[in-house]
Amino acid sequence: MSILIAIIVLGILCLLFGALLGYAAIKFKVEGDPIVEQLDALLPQTQCGQCGYPGCKPYAQALADGESINKCAPGGEETIKKIADLLGVDVQPLDETHEQDNTPKVAFIIEEDCIGCTKCIQACPVDAIIGAAKQMHTIIIDECTGCDLCVAPCPVDCIKMIPVKTTAHNWLWDLHCIPVTVITDETEIKDQKELTTNEVDA
Amino acid sequence: MVDYLLLLVSTVLVNNFVLVKFLGLCPFMGVSSRTETAIGMSFATTFVMTAASLLSYLVNSYILAPLGLQYLTTMTFILVIAVVVQFTEMVVHKTSINLYRTLGIFLPLITTNCAVLGVALLNIYQQNNFFESIIYGFGAALGFSLVLIMFSAMREKLASADVPTPFKGPAIALITAGLMSLAFMGFTGLVKI
Repeated sequence: MSILIAIIVLGILCLLFGALLGYAAIKFKVEGDPIVEQLDALLPQTQCGQCGYPGCKPYAQALADGESINKCAPGGEETIKKIADLLGVDVQPLDETHEQDNTPKVAFIIEEDCIGCTKCIQACPVDAIIGAAKQMHTIIIDECTGCDLCVAPCPVDCIKMIPVKTTAHNWLWDLHCIPVTVITDETEIKDQKELTTNEVDA
Repeated sequence: MVDYLLLLVSTVLVNNFVLVKFLGLCPFMGVSSRTETAIGMSFATTFVMTAASLLSYLVNSYILAPLGLQYLTTMTFILVIAVVVQFTEMVVHKTSINLYRTLGIFLPLITTNCAVLGVALLNIYQQNNFFESIIYGFGAALGFSLVLIMFSAMREKLASADVPTPFKGPAIALITAGLMSLAFMGFTGLVKI
């Protein structure tokens, strides 16, 4: 008899708790997976596909599903670090298959060889190539992310990647883009910041 | 009032759950490698322990005791703890996505934290009343958090310390935990109830 009571009581308790959780699951339902949006925001948005996914958003989705975090070559160490912080995993070195020199490059079309096949235009993820069928194409240097996705589709091999030389024009002048950690007391840092801003302005 | 305060101090320092009663050693070792995660774990555990000790007291004294079913306490309390953890996870996920991210995987892991079950069961064995149960649970969680955060801070320093090869990794962590436990034994006799 006492066993029967025990079973009934436990059963009722289980039912009650189950109902509570079921109600909570409906009431506190969360749509979407916000972590994907945050990961997408961290990725460099070059849409280069070097990670093996068609773009940054699909890679962000894959990261959320447990893909390894070291596949973004354009992002480099900095991005890997940020992703590791967000996901709470350890920082890994960049995937070896993607290890390459990190000098910024830009695509260049050898215009006398171009037959106007538009294949590179379709491949370009950032629409940095202009041209039409049977017309010579050319690259908008400012838009090109140097992802070299257009090199492979070209049937006459007229696209090559040229390393961008650092000049006074494209040198990264913004000092504040370097992450600065505060190690001295705050008033000093403030003074220094004001100084550097003044210098840059001058 | 003084009694409650003494109970709180005694559970946090004198009868610390991790270092004196040796409960909840798994998360103590597992999530103490980074201070940030340790803090997240502390918050989650504090909430769950307090809520679980309150609920398990209610379940025990209003359902199990009147029906003479005290032999079911362990089983029922595991159920209660699992429900509290799940419910907390859902509410936190809905209300504060930041907190949810901080707690992350640790929230579901608390279900199997023996310190939580220990609090619920010890409340019954020590015949604590309603308020004593809450304070006991809260104090145990505070003690757990204190020790966990202190330990993780030490482990972060240890990671960059020059430790002899045979002692590297878990070995030095366990030695540190042992020394901390010895230090906490020094609190014995601080509170007399």
